[in-house]
Amino acid sequence: MRFLRNIVDNTRKLYAEPGSKFHKVWPAFDALETFLFTPHHTAPKSGPHVRDYMDLKRTMSMVIIAMVPCLLMAIFNTGYQHFAALAQMVGDGATNPYPAQIGWLQGLVFGGEYAPDLAAISFADQVVFGLQQMLPILIVSYGVGLTIEVVFSIWRSEEVSEGYLVSGMLIALVVPASIPLWQLALACAFTVVLAKEIFGGTGTNIFNPAMMARAFLFFAYAAQMSGDRVWVAGNGTRDTIDGYSGPTALSVAANAKLSGNHFESEGLPLVESSVDALTQAGFTWWDLFTGLVPGSAGETSTLAALIGAVLMIALGVASWRTIVGGVAGLFAMGLVMNLTAGSLDGLGGLPPHYHLVMGGFAFGIVFMATDPVSSPETNAGKWVYGLLIGAVTVLVRAVNPAYPEGMMLAVLLLNAFAPTIDHFVVQSNIKRRKVRLG
Amino acid sequence: MDSIMLPLAFLPAADDSISGLISLAVKAMFVENILLAFFLGMCSYLAVSKRVDTAIGLGIAVVFVQTITLPVNWAIYNYLLRPDALSWAGLPGTDLRYLGLIFYISTIAAMVQIVEMAIDKFSPKLYASLGIFLPLIAVNCAILGGSLFMVERDYSLPQSVVFGVGSGLGWMLAIISMAAIRQKLRTAHVPDSLKGLGITFITTGLIAMAFMTFSGIQL
Repeated sequence: MRFLRNIVDNTRKLYAEPGSKFHKVWPAFDALETFLFTPHHTAPKSGPHVRDYMDLKRTMSMVIIAMVPCLLMAIFNTGYQHFAALAQMVGDGATNPYPAQIGWLQGLVFGGEYAPDLAAISFADQVVFGLQQMLPILIVSYGVGLTIEVVFSIWRSEEVSEGYLVSGMLIALVVPASIPLWQLALACAFTVVLAKEIFGGTGTNIFNPAMMARAFLFFAYAAQMSGDRVWVAGNGTRDTIDGYSGPTALSVAANAKLSGNHFESEGLPLVESSVDALTQAGFTWWDLFTGLVPGSAGETSTLAALIGAVLMIALGVASWRTIVGGVAGLFAMGLVMNLTAGSLDGLGGLPPHYHLVMGGFAFGIVFMATDPVSSPETNAGKWVYGLLIGAVTVLVRAVNPAYPEGMMLAVLLLNAFAPTIDHFVVQSNIKRRKVRLG
Repeated sequence: MDSIMLPLAFLPAADDSISGLISLAVKAMFVENILLAFFLGMCSYLAVSKRVDTAIGLGIAVVFVQTITLPVNWAIYNYLLRPDALSWAGLPGTDLRYLGLIFYISTIAAMVQIVEMAIDKFSPKLYASLGIFLPLIAVNCAILGGSLFMVERDYSLPQSVVFGVGSGLGWMLAIISMAAIRQKLRTAHVPDSLKGLGITFITTGLIAMAFMTFSGIQL
């Protein structure tokens, strides 16, 4: 460490003083130094002075720690889904792509003649494949996003803030593991520039950057973000498995045709209820809860999101009001949909506790909706915000045939109305106090 | 993807029953929000969205004008302009549709005058803060657009009233959310070149993206 300290101390004079040779890129130097060492910033002589054990960096570190279960689950599940899909395909008579197609990390770890026994896949096989998919996604997401952040910081002569450390991880977890990296890079650039930096950077963005990146991908490259083929990653090229179609639980339930509503002659697989459709496709509630199902890399596991939620609430970085409100709104709207749309096909007739574990709801309500910047700041506002996110999610799932997943757009929609909610809460507080104090 | 890109104007019009009218109102407010899906009425939206209070005032004025002008224009279209409309006066075979724009705009201008006088009388403060934008409702594309949609989609009288209220409320919703966002952005370090209208346009685009939540909903 002394070696690093010396380098930093010796080069500091090149950057630190206004007018020194490289002062323009001081924010980049400063970011590197504060990353390596405890900063020796001193408080200015005049106020305001705030003393708190939680600063931005600590808050962000807590969120990252809370996301670790989701990340581990993403790595494992990506490998698990890959080999499960291959085993099924080879069982159906397709040729085994191994060892003809070996990924870069598999080649590095297991050697060029790697041919896993599809009947007995080991934990190491799954983890190596998961890492092979997730590492490039993380590197691209952080690389592109942080580069733009640093450029903007230099341009504004402000310190580089830690905000993107969370957003970068979130973006990596809400895309399918099969996403082409150039699309991911484009989405990161879009969201950092248009949803964050031009609004003033960390702390003043209106929309959650990670959700914006996902929405951008969803609307711009729908073929790689939706449908039944993208959720299980393949090998060789960064692509899906040729010929394999693994729908998510949401799409299975959305396409369920109930026998009560349809005549046999339509030639559709008819089921008694949406839950039946899920069971027939091999999804039980516990599968969906633990997360060993196809889906966006980090979103599948409600269990991992729950661990993250407990951690973040215990550490005081996420609002329990938003999370509880969101779950309550989901259940309430789920029940309403059951009553009004009970006999309908698809997601409307699904019991609410299924909505909780399907798609990106759990991950979104824990990590996206609780974003302190884009959610309301008042406590009453957080309740309203959470409730509406839950309600809109189920509403979109049930009545909008264009999108089986409502979570992403529900969060963005409520992001747009968060300042409005705050405004009305503040106004009503003012009114109440006026009445009380005369 | 096809259903996302489907031009919403060509969805079948809702029927006259109560449930049909409710779904028309929901459609006008959210699914086909006149500002965020059609980008009509942008000028006053951009200019008067600096404060939430003013935005609410203008929003109410737009709802009011829209609710009155649509049925009036409906009557004008159906009893004066459409082919054979004048047969009640014993003049079959007429087709005055080419006079449509003039008639609709005159109706709107007259209604705006009435609203203006009413606001001046009951809330001079709001009247002062709305300033020039109140008379400008007369040329607000959202209002004229509402009348033209009504004609194009062949709404009935109850439908045009409901569509007027719904599209007005949708416009109001959009401008209030924008005003609250702009109040919040007042302390943000927006780049100088984007301050004011630039960031407002970009925010509008992002809100419109969020409103795509509803696009594709078939009621």
